[in-house]
Amino acid sequence: MNGIIEVNNLKTYFRSEGKIVKAVDGVSYNIQEGETLAVVGESGCGKSVSALSILGLVPNPPGWIEGGEVMFEGQNLLDLSDSEIRKFRGGKIGMVFQEPMSALNPVMSIERQMTEGLRLHLRMTKSQARDRAIELLEMVGIPDAGSQLSRYPHLFSGGMRQRLMIAMAVSCQPKLIIADEPTTALDVTVQAQILDLLKQICKENNVALMMITHNLGIVARYADRINVMYAGKIIEQGTAREIFRNPSHPYTVGLLRSVPRLDGNRDLQLEPIEGQPPDLSELPVGCYFNPRCRFAIDKCATEYPQTTDIGGTHTSSCWVAEDLASGVVQ
Amino acid sequence: MTQSIVDSARDESASKNDEVLVDVKDLKVHFPVGAGMKFWNENKAVKAVDGVSFEIKRGETLGLVGESGCGKSTLGRALLRLLPATSGDVRFKGTSITNANRRELQDFRRKAQIIFQDPYGSLDPRQKVGDIVGEPLLVHNLTKTKREYRLRVAELFELVGLNPSNSSRYPHEFSGGQRQRIGIARALAMTPEFIVCDEPVSALDVSIQAQIINLLEKLQDELNLTYLFIAHDLSVVRHISDRIAVMYLGNVVEVATPEVLYENPAHPYTQALLSAVPLPDPDLEATRERVPLIGELPSPLNPPTGCVFNTRCPIVVDDCPKISPELRNLTDQHSVACLQSEGYGPYQTTK
Repeated sequence: MNGIIEVNNLKTYFRSEGKIVKAVDGVSYNIQEGETLAVVGESGCGKSVSALSILGLVPNPPGWIEGGEVMFEGQNLLDLSDSEIRKFRGGKIGMVFQEPMSALNPVMSIERQMTEGLRLHLRMTKSQARDRAIELLEMVGIPDAGSQLSRYPHLFSGGMRQRLMIAMAVSCQPKLIIADEPTTALDVTVQAQILDLLKQICKENNVALMMITHNLGIVARYADRINVMYAGKIIEQGTAREIFRNPSHPYTVGLLRSVPRLDGNRDLQLEPIEGQPPDLSELPVGCYFNPRCRFAIDKCATEYPQTTDIGGTHTSSCWVAEDLASGVVQ
Repeated sequence: MTQSIVDSARDESASKNDEVLVDVKDLKVHFPVGAGMKFWNENKAVKAVDGVSFEIKRGETLGLVGESGCGKSTLGRALLRLLPATSGDVRFKGTSITNANRRELQDFRRKAQIIFQDPYGSLDPRQKVGDIVGEPLLVHNLTKTKREYRLRVAELFELVGLNPSNSSRYPHEFSGGQRQRIGIARALAMTPEFIVCDEPVSALDVSIQAQIINLLEKLQDELNLTYLFIAHDLSVVRHISDRIAVMYLGNVVEVATPEVLYENPAHPYTQALLSAVPLPDPDLEATRERVPLIGELPSPLNPPTGCVFNTRCPIVVDDCPKISPELRNLTDQHSVACLQSEGYGPYQTTK
């Protein structure tokens, strides 16, 4: 197994109103060739910022990379200059963003946006790039591709725009695609179409996919492995089956129990996680989830938990992880 | 003497149980386009809601699901006459709302309220939250003294799980979930009987969603409220609703109880919609059969003739573009608008 990308102890901080906000605070993971990694968590948990950090897209100021490394093809992406990292963006690393309308340039034709990357990264001629663009549009299921090239983004529906984004993301034969909430703005039937397409393209071309989402259903359907994030840290890691079968962090347990299921028992009340996520500029001492945790013990208020091995690739940062995993506490 | 909100709601509810609270008959809401060229474009209109009929019984939650642009929010607003109906009728406790005069309408507004989707956009940022919640009381002259007003606002805060001592703060000081609670308190100020919940949890994080859903359920029990619960998240709607209506392109295509709808969806659109929802279970997902939906949503400016779903339907027959199916009962808890359902006898064989 080859790791396509290896992130080690990545820290991304922001300055806000004189305080330091630790948006991403020591995150480590790797993604293997052709695998789909889902990063799950709620707003403000640092899941998007950790992806933006990989690509050097964190706005500075107010943000900066405090430390860590991102190894991709033997290079630390964090050491690269602006012009060097550009070679990776949209090249070896493709991107699909949440809002297809704001991610596309409204005053540029589809042809220019599609061929820009091809000409820059793959040094294609204009006509080669155009032919490739037509192929790509056909691959993502946009009908009548040739005549669509001269059109502008506003003429496309949300689902079609996201197809365009996917076509652009895969255009330069990437090794990794980062998809940040790719379907949150879309309807559920369109969401299924788009994610099926993305997954299929990644599989056919052996592209690794890092999918950032808050939707646990999507994770279960498409992910091979999962990182659960809370307040800037990864609190649980494992394969999709390990995490859904045997959630071993109280936050993951809480998330799974608070979501109504389409096949669930309607008579059961939902069990919300009480309280609010912490303010990232004033994090509590000890475990960040401690104030909302039902399983907390004394130690949780004083010491941030070590990572516990649950078995296989499954790890959890919780002092009671072993008890949770073995079902001693429920 | 002030009677508490909970008590006064109990008194009223004691009466009938099977009473139809809201009765919608062939409601149409069209938005004309190209208004400046009336002579040329007389018939051009976005048919947001195009002939919808249903009832909501007292104390029940009717879920309304559908994808963006299907007209579900427009329908919710038209029920409260926040939007004018183009034709058809909405009756509240037997009184027509579409034709109500000013006095009748004012009376109706006390009994029917709305909770909006966006807890950031629906609260005035320059008003203290206590005033936001209390304003309806002043508008409708429901409290006689300042003391009574303050007590009532405090009671409303407690009802939705907020600390009354926060009432002199401004909306930006609250989180999304708390703001949604403020929106709910404002809707409850009138001691309404009927509340349209327009995507009340879709802007919230999952762990907070459950808090608000549980709150809405608790309030319904305590205050005997009737909800129209509009959402695009089928899992949420299924959890909270007693009956669910599925909308597609301005039409209600299927109405059923959550159990029936999930176990035995009769309309091909409902089937596609349900199978598109991913379940949080990797093993189930690996084996689950899916009904893919092909193509794109047609424009409501120019909807397909006959059945509006015929352009994307996997089981379409020759007559579908010609006949527009009406909702017909399969059982007394299940009705569907599809030529190929059992409700329409002769087409059964073509299935």
